[in-house]
Amino acid sequence: MSNKDAYWNKTKNHMIVTLVLWAFFSLVIFMFGSELNTMSFLGYPLAYYMTAQGSLLAFVVMLFWTANKQEKIDEEHGFSEREDD
Amino acid sequence: MKGGFVKNLPKVYGLYTGGFAVFILIMAIAEQAGVSAKNIGVMFVAFTVLIYAFIGYLSRTVQVDAYYVAGRQVPTVFNGMATAADWMSGASFVALAGGVYFGGYTYMAFLVGWTGGYVLVATLLAPYLRKFGCYTVPDFIGTRYGGNLVRACSVFVLFIASFTYVTAQINATGTIASRALGIPFELGVWVGLISILICSMLGGMRAVTWTQVAQYIVLIIAYLLPVFWISNKIGGGVFPHLMLGDEVARLGDLEQQFGLVKNSAADMKAAGVPGGLKYISGPHSGVPDGGAAVWKYLSLAICMMVGTASLPHILMRYFTTPSVKAARKSVAWSLFFIFLLYSSAPMLATLSKLALMDPNLPTGIIGKSIAEVQQIAWVQNWSAVKQVFIADFNGDGILQLNEWFMRGDVVVLATPEVAGLPFVISGLVFAGGMAAAMSTADGLVLAISNALSHDIYYKIVNPKADTAKRLIVARVLLVIIGAAGAYIASFRLTSILGSVAWAFDFAMSGLFFPLVLGVWWKRATRQGAIAGIVTGILSGLFYLLWVYPKFSVPIFGQVNEPFLYIDHLRFGLIGAPVCLVTMVVVSLMTKEPDAATQAMVDATRIPTGKAVLGKQH
Repeated sequence: MSNKDAYWNKTKNHMIVTLVLWAFFSLVIFMFGSELNTMSFLGYPLAYYMTAQGSLLAFVVMLFWTANKQEKIDEEHGFSEREDD
Repeated sequence: MKGGFVKNLPKVYGLYTGGFAVFILIMAIAEQAGVSAKNIGVMFVAFTVLIYAFIGYLSRTVQVDAYYVAGRQVPTVFNGMATAADWMSGASFVALAGGVYFGGYTYMAFLVGWTGGYVLVATLLAPYLRKFGCYTVPDFIGTRYGGNLVRACSVFVLFIASFTYVTAQINATGTIASRALGIPFELGVWVGLISILICSMLGGMRAVTWTQVAQYIVLIIAYLLPVFWISNKIGGGVFPHLMLGDEVARLGDLEQQFGLVKNSAADMKAAGVPGGLKYISGPHSGVPDGGAAVWKYLSLAICMMVGTASLPHILMRYFTTPSVKAARKSVAWSLFFIFLLYSSAPMLATLSKLALMDPNLPTGIIGKSIAEVQQIAWVQNWSAVKQVFIADFNGDGILQLNEWFMRGDVVVLATPEVAGLPFVISGLVFAGGMAAAMSTADGLVLAISNALSHDIYYKIVNPKADTAKRLIVARVLLVIIGAAGAYIASFRLTSILGSVAWAFDFAMSGLFFPLVLGVWWKRATRQGAIAGIVTGILSGLFYLLWVYPKFSVPIFGQVNEPFLYIDHLRFGLIGAPVCLVTMVVVSLMTKEPDAATQAMVDATRIPTGKAVLGKQH
């Protein structure tokens, strides 16, 4: 397998992991809204907290994480851009 | 000079923010000195708009790549701010908190949808489109699939989606300009348009970028300052986002105490409740029971997320970063800056609801005698312009929860006044709303006119046109598109044009899969893309006409029951799957793309190496 193919496979897997996390925070937890709302976080009902703030925050953290991880994949395969590009 | 400018950006915008803070202080002092509320509002809007115009003038350019992609040198964090301003529309600014106020948990599917979409942007599209080196979104589709027909089809989808959105934005600009400056709405629309054009005409994307950063700073200060102030004032806590748990629980108790009652349409009509005013009939934090409610929540979130990842005016912001790496990081920063406002909207809604509902607070009105409430100054002011309304259905002289009607915008525009904050804050909120509406309108008008000038005029009609001619055409189209949007907005057709959600559904129906498969599936062919775009957008459009009563009654002579609860806000759920299936089937039936196209896709997937489209194309 060429370096390019190996790079693309890793990138694809990374994309899938990110999208699984994304689906969890955007869709899966809200399938159980009523159940989650019986629990509480910071004093807020949990489902309310997630839709008002929690999932949003998870997306922000996820994006910084995913960008850093992808940069590492770039470096491993020698596809990292020079700063002065 | 250019390098110097980019390096000095933190200093420039630091000074700008400091200057704006000084301006707010001067206005506060002016208020104490007896300057009228109206004049303070005028000064806030006039001062900020003049600054944007000045930035727009300084950013003028005669270079094609500066005009289309800001010379691809916008640093990560600043592009994040510009995208956040591009994204958060006048509607987000003035209507989001109101939506949460009336809709509670159910409405907050929009919050998840309008933020979660950025995960799709970052993983599936932004870095790859940046590497491709295109100027516009149709530029990618036209080059990847090859041919004028597919390019023209994608311009068509872009036009429908963005134009639906832009009239709403110009409408919002007009509304705010007319209220703040005290001029008629029709005039306000044209004042708004001129402000928008000054920011974008001379410098294209470069000017829009630097004004959007300035607009973000104004709008975020204008949103956060009142939220924190009100929270501290009514005892909600120093940091509302972490400390309103008790208040949310208290709202649940108050809902029990006052009772959540649904008014009958006949009662509301008899009482003469003005159109567009709403009352609280659902729980604030409670989750409605049943599978249908879950599906409604999820389907709305899906439409907004996928739509976000297909909107050209957002995708094109990531064409302006210096590198692929920067494009990825920039999406993360965009979402961070958006999060600051979106996570505050539910807090503002909570505080605003509590201020009106809690009988222990001096601002509480529910449960008081109607005669007493009608004496309150802000109630009188907003009643006079038909933004709030009281109907004593049970005739007991006491204001019940279901007897208090309000327009959603009032939550943002009037809460500072209700909580007894000085008027300088209301003036600031006007300036913030204006910034939000202008920045989004700028981005949209530019997205449409760039697609028409680059993809239709230069790539299809006259490929021999020189730089000067291309930029003249681009600017003329910008003025025409803006004027057309303002002309339509001046008729106040919002009730017919429907919701901004439609823009998301249109974009998702016709653009999402052609864009994503263009990067992620080498086998996708030109014929597949054309078939997908055409069937996707037409099936979505047809379903909208069928399901939305205002269209279906004149066309089909009846009101149609939505299929699987897919109503007019969610018609992308029809268009996008049709687009996907058609595109895959037709692609597999047609000949595999040639070696050159496959190589092009390979180059797109790797951050280093030459862009597919060169610096000048």
